[in-house]
Amino acid sequence: MKTTETPPVDTAEERPPVTEVTVARTPPAKATEGRVLNFFSHGMLVLWAFMVVMPLLWAVMTSFKTDRDIFSSPWALPDRLHFENWSRAWTSANMSDYFLNTVIVVGFSLLGTMLLGSMAAYVLARFDFPGNRFIYFLFIGGMSFPIILALVPLFYVMQNLSLLNTLPGLILVYIAYSLPFTVFFMTAFFRTLPSSVAEAAFVDGASHTRTFFQVMLPMAKPGLISVGIFNFLGQWNQYMLPTVLNTEPDRKVLTQGLVQLAVSQGYKGDWSGLFAGLVMAMLPVLAAYIVFQRQVVQGLTAGALK
Amino acid sequence: MQHGKYRFIVGFLATPLGIYALFVIWPFIQSIYYSFTDWSGLSPEFKMVGFKNYSRILDDEVFWKSFQHSVTFVLLLPLVTLTLALFFAFMLNVGGRRRKNAAIAGVRGSSFYKIVYFFPQVLSIAIVALLFQFAYNPNSGALNSALKAVGLDSVQPDWLGDPDLALWCVFAVLVWSTVGFFVVLFSAGMASIPKDYYEAALLDGANRITTFFKITLPLLWDTVQSGWAYMGILALGAESFAVVQIMTVGPNGGGPDYSTTVLPLYVYQKAFRDGQAAYATTIGVALLVLTLLFVAVVMRLGRRERLEY
Repeated sequence: MKTTETPPVDTAEERPPVTEVTVARTPPAKATEGRVLNFFSHGMLVLWAFMVVMPLLWAVMTSFKTDRDIFSSPWALPDRLHFENWSRAWTSANMSDYFLNTVIVVGFSLLGTMLLGSMAAYVLARFDFPGNRFIYFLFIGGMSFPIILALVPLFYVMQNLSLLNTLPGLILVYIAYSLPFTVFFMTAFFRTLPSSVAEAAFVDGASHTRTFFQVMLPMAKPGLISVGIFNFLGQWNQYMLPTVLNTEPDRKVLTQGLVQLAVSQGYKGDWSGLFAGLVMAMLPVLAAYIVFQRQVVQGLTAGALK
Repeated sequence: MQHGKYRFIVGFLATPLGIYALFVIWPFIQSIYYSFTDWSGLSPEFKMVGFKNYSRILDDEVFWKSFQHSVTFVLLLPLVTLTLALFFAFMLNVGGRRRKNAAIAGVRGSSFYKIVYFFPQVLSIAIVALLFQFAYNPNSGALNSALKAVGLDSVQPDWLGDPDLALWCVFAVLVWSTVGFFVVLFSAGMASIPKDYYEAALLDGANRITTFFKITLPLLWDTVQSGWAYMGILALGAESFAVVQIMTVGPNGGGPDYSTTVLPLYVYQKAFRDGQAAYATTIGVALLVLTLLFVAVVMRLGRRERLEY
């Protein structure tokens, strides 16, 4: 059924020009009602924006306060900017190590995910061979299964391979669990690219491999950027996988490091240092989001709009 | 394009498929197998016990609590998040005062709201959980001191320490962190609905609420449906694990008095805290069944005639 039946456009044509007339015809009572509604709904929008921003601002503010002020007056502004909280978090609370570990793990996993994911997607999208559909659905299926179920045996698989509590092991696992969405997204993307260019390159004597790297990958750049941002944020923010598979204290990544910090600072009572750590972890991602806002939104919503 | 085709296919597929099979597929298959054993996870020895783990589930009070909380999440979280998101997105795109030459318009500053609403989406759920754990702190947290500041000294809930309240505190954090994503997603969908539909409906005297239910929602249905499935998977998955494990009290979370424990957390605790790996996989299988059931129901109930426009 076509929706054109719902709002009959032709009636609009019989009437004089659109908007102003509607406004003029609106009876006064309805106008007040509209204004009240407008006020209410705009109020809700402001309220939600406030609710989103407030906790974040509160955290930033708290990270500059002394421990005593945090407890005695949680909403008061800091007496001065206590930057020493930040340096304490960075050095003695190991935030620098956690950052470094995260950068290493995410750097290699992102590279691996993009390379392996687009290789698999390219083959699945453009070549006909027995088992193609099966492999495709094998990858896609991974998106809706509860990961925690696999983590119990995976822990022992990793242990047997001596990959447990190592960064290379974590990288491989990140890649494996990022593949379903990457393959899903990139397969759809490669299908939309014209096949004539690849064929031309092939006729000119380029091998399949060369065609892929020199012709198809550059053409797939917009898709790679979207799925790259999606994977970057997913891997940077990952919590459950490292919590189970990477419990060595000095190999922890940022998210588990912060949780670890929350537990240990609870004993030491260094709340200001913990808040500094939290804000330190929050700000780079928020700043990157504000700068690359359009790309980030595109990347994160791309899969859902397919 | 036949030359060397199969060699190329194998060459390109072998590594990704190998990694995927080893770290994802193989553990999944193993976990179903282990659910029929008495494996502790601590020693390599185990024997088959048939359905013993499954019958144990039936009498396990903590399992049923976790189950109940997970079902609450999977039913309510998509509902609350998507309703809020639809409302906000509609206001941003259609809710504005009418201007010249446009039958509908978004409220002023709609792009600003979209930027701000999206903030939680880029933050790790672990960071969000930690932040709110402090906000909920009964003595010096942001919430209770804000209540004090407006003169509500007598209203000082224990939040995460109160067994009747703790689950809803966690729930609120999940809503907080997911609404923004769907506001932006639905906004994009609403922006692609032709303006003439609204113009025509408004000329016919429809108010905004009618246009929402007769135009916006039906044309956005596909996106809403996939959002529904996505939110359900999230409510049963890593996000609910993280917030409960980080925010709530007790050894590895879930307290007070098991009032917040959820299925993924219970799997984790049984396997890595209590040394009952086989039983943990059994709980995991129950979670798998619940997830697949949910997705199937959403796909079935949500099926409508696709509207072309």
